[in-house]
Amino acid sequence: MTEKRIRVLVAKPGLDGHDRGAKVIARALRDAGMEVIYTGLRQTPEMIVEAAVQEDVDVIGMSILSGAHMTLCPRVMKLLEENGLDDILVVAGGIIPNDDVPALKDTGIAGIFGPGTSIEEVTRFIKENVRKRK
Amino acid sequence: MSSDVVKGVLAGDRRAVARLITMIENDGDEARGALADLYPHTGQAHIVGVTGAPGTGKSTLVNELAKIYRGGNGQSVRSPKTVGIIAVDPTSPFSGGAILGDRIRMRELSGDPGIFIRSMATRGSLGGLARATADTIKVLDAAGYQVVFVETVGAGQSEVDIAKAAHTTIVVQAPGLGDDIQAIKAGILEIADIFTVNKADREGADNTVMALQMLLDLDHVSRPILHHGTVMENVGKVGNFSKEQGWRPPILKTVALHSQGIEAVVEAVEAHLVYLKESHTLYQREQERIESELNDALQQELMRKLLSRVGEGELDDLIQCISQRELDPYSAAKRLIEEKRFA
Repeated sequence: MTEKRIRVLVAKPGLDGHDRGAKVIARALRDAGMEVIYTGLRQTPEMIVEAAVQEDVDVIGMSILSGAHMTLCPRVMKLLEENGLDDILVVAGGIIPNDDVPALKDTGIAGIFGPGTSIEEVTRFIKENVRKRK
Repeated sequence: MSSDVVKGVLAGDRRAVARLITMIENDGDEARGALADLYPHTGQAHIVGVTGAPGTGKSTLVNELAKIYRGGNGQSVRSPKTVGIIAVDPTSPFSGGAILGDRIRMRELSGDPGIFIRSMATRGSLGGLARATADTIKVLDAAGYQVVFVETVGAGQSEVDIAKAAHTTIVVQAPGLGDDIQAIKAGILEIADIFTVNKADREGADNTVMALQMLLDLDHVSRPILHHGTVMENVGKVGNFSKEQGWRPPILKTVALHSQGIEAVVEAVEAHLVYLKESHTLYQREQERIESELNDALQQELMRKLLSRVGEGELDDLIQCISQRELDPYSAAKRLIEEKRFA
């Protein structure tokens, strides 16, 4: 009667005020059958990790257009580890230069999706890589 | 596994609370053992339901109420209470997915260890709550949250499950949503213990208040001592209720976005709890709630037992028979139950 659903936190860390992309992604993940928790603009890494704890999400998707990804993403990853949540699949999107991708992946971010990524690609990546747990 | 979770929840460990809620949502059975162990620790929290149409400001109001319960802006004289929040949003009937957006209005509550917020999708339930909501209330209760707010989906007229789950139900209205006939229809307005007319700085707020006043006046003429379907005991005058009339839901104007009128809502919520206790209505409601929970549990358990005896394909065959008009659904159900020696 009940069934498992993939829970995704869609987060907008940092100070940029554009969340159209985050909303498009949220809607697409909804249509792919996932439960999407959207927390709104200007989230600190602490707020993101706190929400991830309480909502017990399987995936965090961060949308960053401000250029602050090299500061914000590693901070989120560190807090996740401190909270014992390093099994959460973390992906990022927005404006992230190719040069920064290897460094971000080193911090544990599994997928990075720039402009032009198809929605199918994102949902498939999440479904294939989300942690398998009870 | 289950006992670790129980220990964690009782110690107030947020990860354990979160995990157990997921277990409840995903698979009732797995969580059942843990819930059984937690049950003796429940019954302490004041459960406050917040319901109303989409866009009336439920999440914003909950945010404001939680801030006051946590000690306000330092001006409040009350001692802070810990707050759990369950915010329910609808599941898409097509994809099964959901967008849970209530946290957007609650960002001010972030970083407070005395607050736990959980978003929840209805997953097909129609009464305004999710199937997992009642058990999630118990988890937050056992984890020591003193006040638990349950925000329903944007509710129209008949999503009234919250009245069973909560001790105190706040119905949030906003100006301009309908004429006074809307106010005398059955359903959601009947379950209110407290009305708030939110967005009261907008045009038409006084009309909304007046329509609700009229509704309550009619109510008290036609059934003076009925409340939530039970006959009221006579009670002394405390706060908003009187010996003659039982509890009359107050109608409070708020502008939640600007933190206006919230203190009065908190006072009404607390007065209502006093009323529930002093009139013994709390006990009655508890009994009713437990009865309906037991009913649900029996139905689920019987259904499970029955289905475990039904072979693969048997149901499909029956469905075929029904769709060919060889059988009607009731006769099919009866036949299945008799065949399985279930009755």
